[in-house]
Parts: sequence; C-alpha cells; structure tokens
Amino acid sequence: MKAETLAALQDARAKRRAVALATRLSDAAEALVYRDDAKGELAGDAAIVSAAHRAMDIGKSETVDIGGAKIFLNVYVPPPRLIIVGAVHIAQSLAPMATMLEFDVTVVDPRGAWATTQRFPGVKVIKDWADEAFQEMGLDVSTAVVTLTHDPKLDDPALESALKSDVFYVGALGSKRTHAKRKERLSEVGITDEMFARIHGPVGLNIGAKSPAEIAVSILGQIIEVRARRLEALSAPKVAAA
Amino acid sequence: MSDALEVLDQVGRWKADGKGVAVATVIVTWGSSPRPVGSQLGVDDAGNMVGSVSGGCIEGAVVKEALDAIKDGKPRLLDFGVTDEQAWDVGLACGGKVQVFVEKVN
Repeated sequence: MKAETLAALQDARAKRRAVALATRLSDAAEALVYRDDAKGELAGDAAIVSAAHRAMDIGKSETVDIGGAKIFLNVYVPPPRLIIVGAVHIAQSLAPMATMLEFDVTVVDPRGAWATTQRFPGVKVIKDWADEAFQEMGLDVSTAVVTLTHDPKLDDPALESALKSDVFYVGALGSKRTHAKRKERLSEVGITDEMFARIHGPVGLNIGAKSPAEIAVSILGQIIEVRARRLEALSAPKVAAA
Repeated sequence: MSDALEVLDQVGRWKADGKGVAVATVIVTWGSSPRPVGSQLGVDDAGNMVGSVSGGCIEGAVVKEALDAIKDGKPRLLDFGVTDEQAWDVGLACGGKVQVFVEKVN
C-alpha cells in the first residue's frame, strides 16, 4: 500500500465518501475506486472498476478473479447515518440506541431549549431547520431520516428534502389521520404519490410499542429491516429476464 | 469498517514517525473464522501491532511475515486453516480457514 493511498482513505472517511481499494495480490498494484472517479495503477481497468462499484453497493469486501489475476476489493463505506428531526422524548431513547447499533447519529431541531447536548450526550446536535441542516450535511444512500416533532412546520420541510434525495429510509411519526393530511400538504410542494409512498408512516414496526423507548425499538427494528433487505437485494445474483 | 480505519490511522502515525510499516488484511475466509474479510493488522518494524486478523491465534505468524515484508518490500499471501500443519502450530483451533495478504506501506 502506498502512503498516498492511506492518506486518501483517511480523507474519504472524513468526507463520508465511499471508496474501494482494489489491490492485485501478485504485485500489490492498486486502484482507489470512488463512485465517480478512479485513481492509481489499476484505475484504467474497466472490469476492476466495475467490480469495485458492485462491492461498494453491497458494502462487502471480497477477493475476485479478473482476467486471471486475483484482486482484493477492500470496501470503505461510511457508517450508516441516522438523522433524527425533533429533539423530543422519543429521540432521547432513539439516539443512544442507534449509537449502540453503530449508526452515526445527528439530532436536528431549531428550538434551542430542545436541541441541547445535555439532553443528547455523545451525539451530534444541530440547532437549525432540518432542510438547511440537510443541505449542510448532504443526504446520501447510507442515511436514514426520521421525523418526530408532530409539527408540520418542522417535519414537512425535512420530509420534502429527504424524499427528494436517495436516503435509504424515511420515517414519520404520527397517526394514519395525521399521515393523510401530511400527504395533502406535501403534494402541494411537488411530492408525488410515488415519492410519498417511501415514507414509513405511522413510523416503526407494529409491535404494540407505547413508551418512548419501545417506539425507538420499533423504529430501529424497521430501519434494520429496510437496510438488510436492500443489501440482500443488491447482493443477490442478477437473473437475466427470460 | 471503523476498526479498519483506526488501524490505518495508527499505521499513518507510524509512517509519519519514519518507521517501517506493513499492513496485513484478511482477504478470504471459509467456515467459522473469527474476523471478517477486510479486517486488518498493522505492524511496525519493532513488531508493535494494531488491530487484528483473527481472535489472536495467527497474529504471531502474521507479524513475523510482516517484519520480513518490511525488510524485502515484497507482498505475501498467507494461508491458515485446520488442514494446514502450520496453522495447528500457531493455534488456529477455531475451525475456520483464512487467507491473509501482507504488504509493506511504501
């Protein structure tokens, strides 16, 4: 491994940029493969770059055989991220539980009395409107967004931004009735039925959750399920249409 | 994944201090092996380690190869498994097989 490669891997992590390091095992020749770029001695090999993209999609490091050469693809994807909109009671259970599950957790709420690091020790807290915070953070395919405020002023802009991005999960707290009204409001800002259908609402698995901690478990159960199914689908061998 | 990056952080510090450094990476596993593909062990020229490529059963042998790789600059592909005499010697009794790639950081 080259010292520059090491530095590039560290830089990619700091920027939450997914990267795969391809190494030819016979001579340690390398390529750093990003979603939109590739660098290094092996970067010109389209088969290696394409195999690296697939490995990044499923988030799994593996050794592959390309043109008779053994290539190890070491995938460095950013950890999944959970953005919680609303520094409310449920968030106080959800944030530490998600941290235990190795999510990179951020709580967003413009209300100063709620969005304090005292209420949320050990996680990032952003005192801002969600849509503005999202712009700063950049929503990506390894991000989940959950809205918990019950207040359309706070939840709606967050949902609108999340649905216009490629986050892997969007959940919104609120009853079926609240959810139906939400649909009407969001349709006015260009959210189609198909886009709206991506929202998990009422949020969480139906396990009869009542307390904030139980609701947090039901939400995380659903996020784990959605993420696992997505990764399963991506790693399944592609079957040619008959 | 964060494990692997912590290893690379330490490797980077060793390198910045002017030490000879090698990285060992689990590249294939069969059966029940204790550490997944992509797990890494960093080794400096004094034999200091960071990270792991097994539950501790093969690290000794890997460090020895890593020190040789630091000296001659050549990458190495190591096989450990229950069918392998050497693996029994170093104690990979966990029932799995692993292949480890060792390379110098240049």
